Amino acid sequence: MKRIFAREEYCLACRLCEIHCIVKHSKSKRVVSAMRDEKDTLVQSVRVEEQGRSSFAVQCRHCKDAPCIDACIAGAMARDPGGAVACNSDRCVGCWSCIMVCPAGAITKSATGKVASKCDLCADSAVPACVENCPNEALIYEEG
Amino acid sequence: MRKWLVQPEFSVERNALLCTQCQVCVRQCANDVHVFDERDNAVFSDSSHCVGCHRCTTLCPTGAISVKRTALEFRENANWSASVIRNLYRQAEDGGVLLSGMGNDRGWRNYWDRLVLNASQVTNPSIDPLREPMELTTYLGRKPDRVEFERRDGKMIMKTRLDPQLKLDLPVMFSAMSYGSISLNASVALARAAAAAGTFANTGEGGMHKSVLPNAPSMIVQVASGRFGVTPEYLKCGAAVEIKIGQGAKPGIGGHLPGEKVDAQVSETRMIPEGSDAISPAPHHDIYSIEDLKQLIFAIKEATEYMKPVLVKIAAVHNVAAIASGCVHAGADIVAIDGFRGGTGAAPTMIRDNVGIPIELALAAVDTRLREEGIRNRASIVAAGGFRSSADVVKAIALGADAVYIATAALIAMGCHLCQKCYTGKCNWGIATQDPLLTKRLNPEVATRRLENLLRGWSHEIKEMLGGMGINAIESLRGNREHLRGIGLSDAELRVLGIKHAGVGA
Repeated sequence: MKRIFAREEYCLACRLCEIHCIVKHSKSKRVVSAMRDEKDTLVQSVRVEEQGRSSFAVQCRHCKDAPCIDACIAGAMARDPGGAVACNSDRCVGCWSCIMVCPAGAITKSATGKVASKCDLCADSAVPACVENCPNEALIYEEG
Repeated sequence: MRKWLVQPEFSVERNALLCTQCQVCVRQCANDVHVFDERDNAVFSDSSHCVGCHRCTTLCPTGAISVKRTALEFRENANWSASVIRNLYRQAEDGGVLLSGMGNDRGWRNYWDRLVLNASQVTNPSIDPLREPMELTTYLGRKPDRVEFERRDGKMIMKTRLDPQLKLDLPVMFSAMSYGSISLNASVALARAAAAAGTFANTGEGGMHKSVLPNAPSMIVQVASGRFGVTPEYLKCGAAVEIKIGQGAKPGIGGHLPGEKVDAQVSETRMIPEGSDAISPAPHHDIYSIEDLKQLIFAIKEATEYMKPVLVKIAAVHNVAAIASGCVHAGADIVAIDGFRGGTGAAPTMIRDNVGIPIELALAAVDTRLREEGIRNRASIVAAGGFRSSADVVKAIALGADAVYIATAALIAMGCHLCQKCYTGKCNWGIATQDPLLTKRLNPEVATRRLENLLRGWSHEIKEMLGGMGINAIESLRGNREHLRGIGLSDAELRVLGIKHAGVGA
């Protein structure tokens, strides 16, 4: 399956990936509205980690042996037919087991604080929004 | 001391309706123009630090920022313009030499804009380059005075031994930009793009970093007055060796790479201590005459076993034709002439803006002189200094150039916004800087692709223009000034350019 890879050497730490992740998952799909009016209802699934000169964007790795799937007590975390790890929020009970076991720290609480939220690889798009909007191609989407 | 008379040149305006406090601008400005205030949950901009590089406006996801020329107007005065007054204020503050980056911006007459090209109509057919072959291949180097053949075993064999040549797939090369003045990512991108496009890039005087070595066969290695990074291996690894005598942006003066830009990598490549200023003397201290130049040319030819052409790069100055002739007599295989619109990482503003002559006039003068002396075949001419488009290239070839060097255009293709602050080392586009936080902003893969696209586009355009003139090889246009006409030029200008005024037929 195609995955998102971060290239630390080209990451600007501009955090446009975070912004476009929020916009992509917003109702309005417009930057200004999403960032201003819908921000409290949305949590970005990608986060830029920074330390000193190093920075890179982290989102769900969609691990081959995903510990979150094993840890999920409600069967909400499951692999979809395409190979991506997806969280079914109707089933999620908010026990946060997935958050505790995620080796990438890529799962967060949703804005409501009741269910888990994670990267869905922008399932309805050919290229995830974070990759498409990275100005320096520090995020790439390829087989791996 | 507070620079209290120097007012901001730009005014950064933020549309409050569009700003979402995402702080992309805050994180991208190396000049600390944008600051986020947590208490007010708002981003503020301090225009006094803005250099007008457009990094923030380009990356702002909502288009909330605009950078405008400050509305502060001085009283109208034809002699004392705003830039003159600002320069005086600045100089009165610190007593230093005014510095600038990039090329002469003074708006001297640009002759390319006064030259027009010919096209075929009725009496001779134009050619469609999409349907018929069109040759842009260019060979740079010394051509023999005569070519002799002999028949051996029924085959024609060329007896004349040809001097080494550079083969270009299009008559455009990347001009010298040293690693140190530009970032490693920019150097790597130029080298890779040159290799991919079948042309050459130039190391500049900073030596060759080991990560550029894989593309060394597409590099011209430069030997300048500082002799940084010059070793026998360096001379041999490139396709040709260029002796830099002068630079169009600053004829007659040397170079100065500030110690802040000399990090571990630059230090290793230049073979100088880390953090030390890299000073290139104004003259080569072993060249005080054409005879001395000849010694260096032949020392380099010996070192490279006569396998590589040797270029001599000179700035376009008043006596450029005689100097170029001297260079050819001294053994230069290629003479590169750099006009006063050529760029630089740093030059004293007064020199950049007032010394030298335009490349158009210099090129015409040199081509004419070498033809008159009957030695035009002995060296190729490469024109440099402010080439902006494929049309400029075609006009230069018609005026007598064999090929053209571009640098500013290449930097712009990589993202440069011509803010002219290269000498501060804080290039927000990751080009003219060694700050690791800034250099990573230039992804060499992206930059290489953009440079390749630029050359591909120019190559298509050059073919279209040639086809329109009914010419199917760039060779046939070279020095063919009948294809040029001047518009609004005086008799003196037309005479130097060796062209007729528009409206005058053949």
